[in-house]
Amino acid sequence: MSVLQKTLKGAKVAHFKNTENCESTPMPLPKEVCISMSQHMGPPCNPLVKKGDAVKVGTMIGDSEAFLSAPIHSSVSGTVSAVEEIVTATGSRCQVVIIQTDGEQAVDEHIKPPEIENHPEFVKAIRASGLVGLGGAGFPTHIKMNPKNLSEVDTLVVNAAECEPYITSDYRTIIERPQDILDGIAAIKKYVGITQVKIAVENNKPQAIEMLRRLTGDDPSIEVCSLKAIYPKGAEKVTAYETTGRVIKEGMLPADVGVIVENVTTTAFIGQYLRTGMPLVTKTLTVDGGAVAEPKNVVAPIGAHFSDVIDFCGGYKCTPKKLIMGGPMMGTLVFDDTYPVLKNNNALLAFDESQTAVYEEQPCIRCGRCIQACPYHLMPRMIEKAYESDNIPMLQKLKVSLCMECGCCSFVCPAKRNLTFTNKMAKQKLRAATAKK
Amino acid sequence: MAVNTVETQAPAEEKAKLMITPSPHFRDDINTRKIMLTVATALLPALVMSIFYFGIRALLLTAVCVVSCVVFEYLFAKVTKKPVTISDCSAVVTGIILAFNVPVTLPFWMAVFGSFIAIVVVKCLFGGIGCNFANPAATARIFLLVSFGNQMTHWIAPHAAIDAVATATPLKLISAGQTDQLPSLWNMLIGNRGGSLGETCALALIVGGLYLIWNGVIGWQIPVTLIGSVFVFALLFGQDPFYAVLSGGVMIGAFFMATDYSTSPVTTKGKVIFAIGIGFITMVIRVFCNYPEGMSFAILLMNILVPHIDSLTITKPFGAVFEQKKQ
Repeated sequence: MSVLQKTLKGAKVAHFKNTENCESTPMPLPKEVCISMSQHMGPPCNPLVKKGDAVKVGTMIGDSEAFLSAPIHSSVSGTVSAVEEIVTATGSRCQVVIIQTDGEQAVDEHIKPPEIENHPEFVKAIRASGLVGLGGAGFPTHIKMNPKNLSEVDTLVVNAAECEPYITSDYRTIIERPQDILDGIAAIKKYVGITQVKIAVENNKPQAIEMLRRLTGDDPSIEVCSLKAIYPKGAEKVTAYETTGRVIKEGMLPADVGVIVENVTTTAFIGQYLRTGMPLVTKTLTVDGGAVAEPKNVVAPIGAHFSDVIDFCGGYKCTPKKLIMGGPMMGTLVFDDTYPVLKNNNALLAFDESQTAVYEEQPCIRCGRCIQACPYHLMPRMIEKAYESDNIPMLQKLKVSLCMECGCCSFVCPAKRNLTFTNKMAKQKLRAATAKK
Repeated sequence: MAVNTVETQAPAEEKAKLMITPSPHFRDDINTRKIMLTVATALLPALVMSIFYFGIRALLLTAVCVVSCVVFEYLFAKVTKKPVTISDCSAVVTGIILAFNVPVTLPFWMAVFGSFIAIVVVKCLFGGIGCNFANPAATARIFLLVSFGNQMTHWIAPHAAIDAVATATPLKLISAGQTDQLPSLWNMLIGNRGGSLGETCALALIVGGLYLIWNGVIGWQIPVTLIGSVFVFALLFGQDPFYAVLSGGVMIGAFFMATDYSTSPVTTKGKVIFAIGIGFITMVIRVFCNYPEGMSFAILLMNILVPHIDSLTITKPFGAVFEQKKQ
């Protein structure tokens, strides 16, 4: 990146990386897992098992014909006790497969390392592994690995920025599994035809940067980029721009500018999968927050109930007031701790009373902090006014559709206005208005 | 828009109630009150200097303005049955700045009247904090100036008794062509000259202004551009640029009045345009018009243009694609 290039703005959010030295520890096998059929961006999978079926670790239990989807595998061995519907954190309904574990953890006999010769086989294998973007969005990885303009894609950006406060699971991946990351990078380079690799790490993780630089020092095609730790450096478009200088324009995919942006844990999984053939059945998540007795990084089977994960971390030390799936800036709140771990879960935060102050919205004082903080140079205050007055042309002009809901505007607002939420509503209003036409 | 906090009872018995609110679930600890108190703190050096030069009446007059501003805001809220917002301390800041803009000899009742104009007429009637389009203190000062011309231009020399014979401000001297009686540049900088209560000590105002920039309460754009453009236009109009920036209300205007959030543009580009406009109008009034000082007029005139500057300086979002208009 050239010295003259402007870096994108953001908010100075405290890091709270309390668990950065907590080694990822597998939790004991829970009695029951509840595996959601909607763990990726795109239409949910159809369950392939029914009540009474026996499953093993790695058995495919859900799949879909849809383009934007990835299969789902059992994380345990045991018996399917129910296939039912639950209400998700976002209020929609989705099917889940509930499995009673037998404690054997017998591995499905179909599991063997994939044999890959070329790009189509690589894409097929990635799809079969059920891999989705593990950084949070849950975009099916095999689609990213199979861009329409394959020959034009020359750069892989490995996103290890981990800009959300509290979360350290990606950092632990770098420290504990560097070889998996390197293997993953090598495979993507080989099969997708990548010529340059950028590994993006925020400069609040000097150990990770030093380690990656040491391990990749003899490979001139790999560059470890130290990004200034200003939230949100880990947002896809931001990371791509800060590492390569390429702007992913409105309506474009990263591949349209020749870039594939892949989360570091996703990359490490590819390395591990090619060696073992074990599909995505566990997820490392950071468990932290004022209400958790022993914050740590937990390797949880996918589908484990949050309550079981928290129990492994010593349970609640005080009454939790908020349970966040993901980081505090963009995470979703769940209303019930029986909710299951999903593939794209990277953190589970239980906030206590002191961390959950409820702010009363005050009048905007036009200080302009929201505009100064927006990484995409949007104008949240103007969007709010246009939203309140139903001014659809103005919403279009202000490009509210670009908002990624990173939360910077709400974070910096001295009047405590819920600007991010209003942006979200404004996007919906704009979509509804343009759909009518 | 208001977002209600929904508390949901989890289905199982003994479960705790978990809150559901929109993200982010973590906020900066900044708030309106903190910002206003920081501004008030930044005004303290200039207040101390004004007490030093003009005596205890400077403090009394400031207190009268502050108290009456806060009381008027409280009464307005009560009379119109609106939420009382005096705890955000914005009225305190308005009061101090208003006091800084009048001569130390101003009768107290006129100061109260000025506070009424600033808070009730200019601020509250237009919707309160963040909604007023004109700077309350600048408008109130102009109102007082045109209403009570004599009392508003009764300047006394530093350390003089309140009933002393009036002296002239440096701008008045320049305007009258009596440049041989001008105080030295050093005296201009430390404020040892005639003028409004809080505007004389440029050094104290600069210290306060830098404190605000350092704290991130105001950006550098408005003060730097404003002072720079006054300097440049003074040169162009054949005036001494150093006297131009150190005299009148340039310093207090640049750091504390033109930077008022409600009445200045929100984008960087807009702020620069706004500040150049103020610098230009100030110098035009000083050089070509009847009034020796034009800062508050310039601020008010540019305040009126802020909505237009804002809509002309909408930011270009990162990666935005604008469709070409079809002919």
